[in-house]
Amino acid sequence: MTHHASGNWLDPIDGARVAVTGGTSGLGLALVRDLLECGAHVAFVARTPAHVEAVARVHPGAHGIVGDVARKEDIYPIALQIAGILGGLDVLINNASSLGPAPLALLGDTPCEDFEIALATNVLGPFRLTRALLGSLGASAREGRGSVVLNVSSDAAINPYPEWGAYGASKAALRHMTRIWDEELGGEGIRFLSLDPGDMDTPLHALAVPDADPATLKRPETAARELVAAIAEALPAPSTGARVPSAASLEEARR
Amino acid sequence: MIAADRAVQRPSDARLLVVNAHGQISDVPRSRFVELLRPTDLVIANDAATLPASLHGVHLRSGEEIEVRLAGQPSLALEMWRPAFRAVVFGAGDFHTRTEDRPLAPSLAPGDRLCLGGALSATVEGLFDHPRLILLRFAGSTDTVWAGLARHGRPIQYAHVPAPLALWDVWTPIAGRPVAFEAPSATFVLDWKSIRGMRQRRIAFATVTLAAGLSSTGDAELDRRLPFDEAYRIPRATASAIRRTKAQGGRIVAIGTTVVRALEHAATADGVVQAGDGVADQRVGSGSRLRIVDAILSGTHEPGTSHYLLLRAFLDDKTLAGADAILETFGYRTHEFGDSVFIEKGDRSKADAQPFRAA
Repeated sequence: MTHHASGNWLDPIDGARVAVTGGTSGLGLALVRDLLECGAHVAFVARTPAHVEAVARVHPGAHGIVGDVARKEDIYPIALQIAGILGGLDVLINNASSLGPAPLALLGDTPCEDFEIALATNVLGPFRLTRALLGSLGASAREGRGSVVLNVSSDAAINPYPEWGAYGASKAALRHMTRIWDEELGGEGIRFLSLDPGDMDTPLHALAVPDADPATLKRPETAARELVAAIAEALPAPSTGARVPSAASLEEARR
Repeated sequence: MIAADRAVQRPSDARLLVVNAHGQISDVPRSRFVELLRPTDLVIANDAATLPASLHGVHLRSGEEIEVRLAGQPSLALEMWRPAFRAVVFGAGDFHTRTEDRPLAPSLAPGDRLCLGGALSATVEGLFDHPRLILLRFAGSTDTVWAGLARHGRPIQYAHVPAPLALWDVWTPIAGRPVAFEAPSATFVLDWKSIRGMRQRRIAFATVTLAAGLSSTGDAELDRRLPFDEAYRIPRATASAIRRTKAQGGRIVAIGTTVVRALEHAATADGVVQAGDGVADQRVGSGSRLRIVDAILSGTHEPGTSHYLLLRAFLDDKTLAGADAILETFGYRTHEFGDSVFIEKGDRSKADAQPFRAA
């Protein structure tokens, strides 16, 4: 199925309830925008209240939630707000990432605390949040809406790049966990995807490679569009009546 | 029975008292409950997640402390969601004091404002015919109210569990939409392994969502009115699965009293369950004709509670008394983190009586 931002009522993203972590900058923000354009109901999560407010102000359709996925105490409050505000959940995008030490460091020079933050943000956070929202995701699957968890990965999850130890090891763990989730819950209709968006012009990349030429990097909007297309591919095509198409997409369909 | 005082959803030694359709009673480890099911069965659970529905704050007009326990919403339709709730109020103190011993809330009047922590505030919108029962409306946008509940709300709990509960203690493994005021605790029995086990044995599994209300208010008169009206939603997939199971002569196994209440409320006279939103306002009990549900897995309940009375729809009083004696004699644990019973509908409940509707 080709997938583009214009409304199409055969598009499973239209009307889907989607949550994005790390949704106020970089790829996360681009995902929020693309999903909104596709007619999704979107909740996004980020740590800084001022950033959450600013993004919510510019995108009135998106629901901002303040929380830190690296903090155990924040997970259930985040899950409560996501499932409460959206009335359930079809798609979870674990996008929030921590680089580990900044500037990047050899493993031998990496402070243990920085490694812990990378694991808490990139592995434990997605695990906990997914687990807290598994009931909502399972309900969507049983109701035929389909359900997808997308964990944003990196080529550093596969290649042993020197100085990317904390990030690479945590992303490798996330990628492997994603595959096991998919094996275990495929039978319940919940799909798990691990996708590498490529090297993008984002704050995280600037932190890792401060002197990179932005012109050589992928735009986050391009990556977001590709990821949303991959999610659409993994969701079942909406069956008649399973989801109420938005007025805008009905308009589109009549043209 | 012994009060289960630790917030462990699936203790390894949890027990299950089984009463079959012939009134025969046996006891099995609860972890083996899937073995009691048959390949043609349809198991239905309540997938509501639990709200942090207890809020502590101040009644601004009097300056007195107040605890608000959210207890009801008019509908589960998302477009109908309003930050207005029926609620039960208490005066100073918290769950460590038995609800029976809690002081009354300050005298409330419509328009009174309550500060419920940080930026979360609410107005008393209306009173009912009981000083503990009010209609409450939160100030602010929907997103603000959810953020306030997430930050300041705590799960409703009772004195028999001394440690404060967190949301992860009360969300069942399948908890989805947060609409329940207390945990649909029968669902604690389920984990993802048992769901997979059912699928492997070709036992069907489906869910309903029912906003389970309070199990106790501490006030004898209010307790007699329990359960309050409970909004529910039955997914289309669940209604179809029931139709298929009934057509094939299979059994409908309800996990919890809330599932029985929702399914029997949504049933037409000829035993068809309609998908959609509703509000269960009936009482199920002795003399209720069960049109849909054939067996129930439930917590152990103390005689006199509304949950206990519901079990009388499944079996005759003599058999129920026998089961009670065993629960008592053999030290079963009770309350939300306690042991469970599995009851197959006995012949008596086929008697053609109409369900008793609460006034």
